[in-house]
Amino acid sequence: MATPLESPISFSNVGRAKWWQSGFFASQTSYVLLALVALFVVMNFASPYFFTEGNLQNVAKNFSFIAIATLGVTLVIITAGIDLSVGSMMCFSAMITSMVMTHISTPGLPGAEWFVHLAADGKTVIANVPGLILVVSVLAGLGVALMVGLVNGFCIAVLGLSPFVTTLGMLSIVRGLGYVVSNGRGSFPSGPDADYFYALTSGVVFGMPAPFIYLVVLAVAMAVVLHHTSFGRYVFAIGGNEKAAALTGVPVVRVKIEVYVICALAAGLQGIIVSGWLGSAPANMATSYELNVIAAAVIGGANLAGGVGGPLGAIVGCVLLEVIRNGLVLAQVNSYWQQALVGVIIIVAVLVDRIRSRMA
Amino acid sequence: MVTPHAAGQPVLELKGIGKEFGAIRALHGVDLCIFPGEVVGLMGDNGAGKSTLVKIIAGNFPPSHGEIRFDGQAVHFARPIDARAVGIEVVYQDLALADNLTAAANVFLGRELKRKFGPLAFLDHKAMAARALELFGELRSETRPHDLVKQMSGGQRQAVAIARTRLSNAKLVMMDEPTAAISVRQVEQVLGLIHRLKEQGVAVMLISHRMPDVFAVCDRVVVMRRGEKRADKEIGDTSPEEVTSLITGAKEAA
Repeated sequence: MATPLESPISFSNVGRAKWWQSGFFASQTSYVLLALVALFVVMNFASPYFFTEGNLQNVAKNFSFIAIATLGVTLVIITAGIDLSVGSMMCFSAMITSMVMTHISTPGLPGAEWFVHLAADGKTVIANVPGLILVVSVLAGLGVALMVGLVNGFCIAVLGLSPFVTTLGMLSIVRGLGYVVSNGRGSFPSGPDADYFYALTSGVVFGMPAPFIYLVVLAVAMAVVLHHTSFGRYVFAIGGNEKAAALTGVPVVRVKIEVYVICALAAGLQGIIVSGWLGSAPANMATSYELNVIAAAVIGGANLAGGVGGPLGAIVGCVLLEVIRNGLVLAQVNSYWQQALVGVIIIVAVLVDRIRSRMA
Repeated sequence: MVTPHAAGQPVLELKGIGKEFGAIRALHGVDLCIFPGEVVGLMGDNGAGKSTLVKIIAGNFPPSHGEIRFDGQAVHFARPIDARAVGIEVVYQDLALADNLTAAANVFLGRELKRKFGPLAFLDHKAMAARALELFGELRSETRPHDLVKQMSGGQRQAVAIARTRLSNAKLVMMDEPTAAISVRQVEQVLGLIHRLKEQGVAVMLISHRMPDVFAVCDRVVVMRRGEKRADKEIGDTSPEEVTSLITGAKEAA
């Protein structure tokens, strides 16, 4: 069989699926992408400001503020799970990052002597190693996310608790911990490395907002992992048929824990980035963001029943939500309509997919 | 055709297998041999001990008594993966396929072929599709490696599940009710697939309620009742009527 794809089989009864009935073109993501393009065209005629550089940059920045977390949640949803704790996680990681940064940048506090010293004038704080404070504080923020993800994953994959209940509990636990450590007060990233922090989170690189660049890099990485590694294949297999995956030797427990850890890390990173843009990490930051994030994932084609979804869908969902919000503002519609409209879009997107799969 | 018994060493040999679950005796003193290239039908009513026996052979749980010999070696399975490692594959009744993946992805699930780029390993889609197509060819099933399993017919799904067992060159394939939920034409296809396995020297154990299927493909039929083996006969020496009375207990043993 030198040329196996020339195939020992002749297909007499089994036709080839038409190109629009298979792959990307048959996914909900493609329909929503089409709707998004249509929306762009409509917006172009509806408002002369929509296609200005400033507005597009704004849109890109705003959707990047939930899109990284949406990538993580999409991964969880593909395994037929759910993570409701992303909003709280965003806040907690942001808070830990800015608190750690403030702490180790204040001379005299325990541990700070490793990172900073006072200049000769006795007032100016100078970093021992420029950038080290930033790295340590961001790692601290991601570290707590890692731990929360491990607890989520352990409860769901090892103890067998339902993802909904576990992460609902975690939503409350993490938000509560946030209030405990901060006493309800917001915290600000400060100290000698704060400028780096702001540059990396809310700066502009090559005319694009920095968060947008992170998003693109992470989305490409996720696409490669999902479609070209065995981990990605296992994620889809667990979502499609968890029992079958276990029977065929897929390490189901390990993959599920990893998925929740990645989701928590994505939410943590997202929170840190958002706090850079806000300039602070208030204790009520990102409250109920989990709903926006899950809505974006579902609109983009992630199926809550598991087995379907991808990074492009996550981004398309986020862009659609943001363009609608932006469009309503430009069209001077009462912004309270936004929330109602988002709900309608969720249902319509899922409905279109339902009708399509009935017809196929 | 050579009679399998003349072929010498059995691929699977069970001696005095028994299994208790607490106070319940699910299996008692089962002896059984299966030879390469032989198709054995395992029949019995619900609760007769068929699935317990299959699960013991497949490594889902160990027997309370008795010995399993595979290829002449005594074996002890702690997990299904151990049984698979020596060459025992099971085609489950619900086929254990992930609907949202392609045929090739399902065949290779858990044993993907990879290409290494430094420390990273990426899936080798081309090699997997090619090998899957080869396997479907051997099974003479019209199945495209890139088609999604959810778009497939029952016969094609069965072919995917069986192709998976061919991947490792299994020596014994156990099939649990492969013809229970599919159409007449597809039953023909599945029985054809069993013939293909037999031609390649694979021993097949067919667990089925469907008398016509068992008599169509099996060389030998084993009847279980109340946890014991009640009959073990060449298919030519028995009849559907006799097997039925053995299953129901109208005839105690043969």
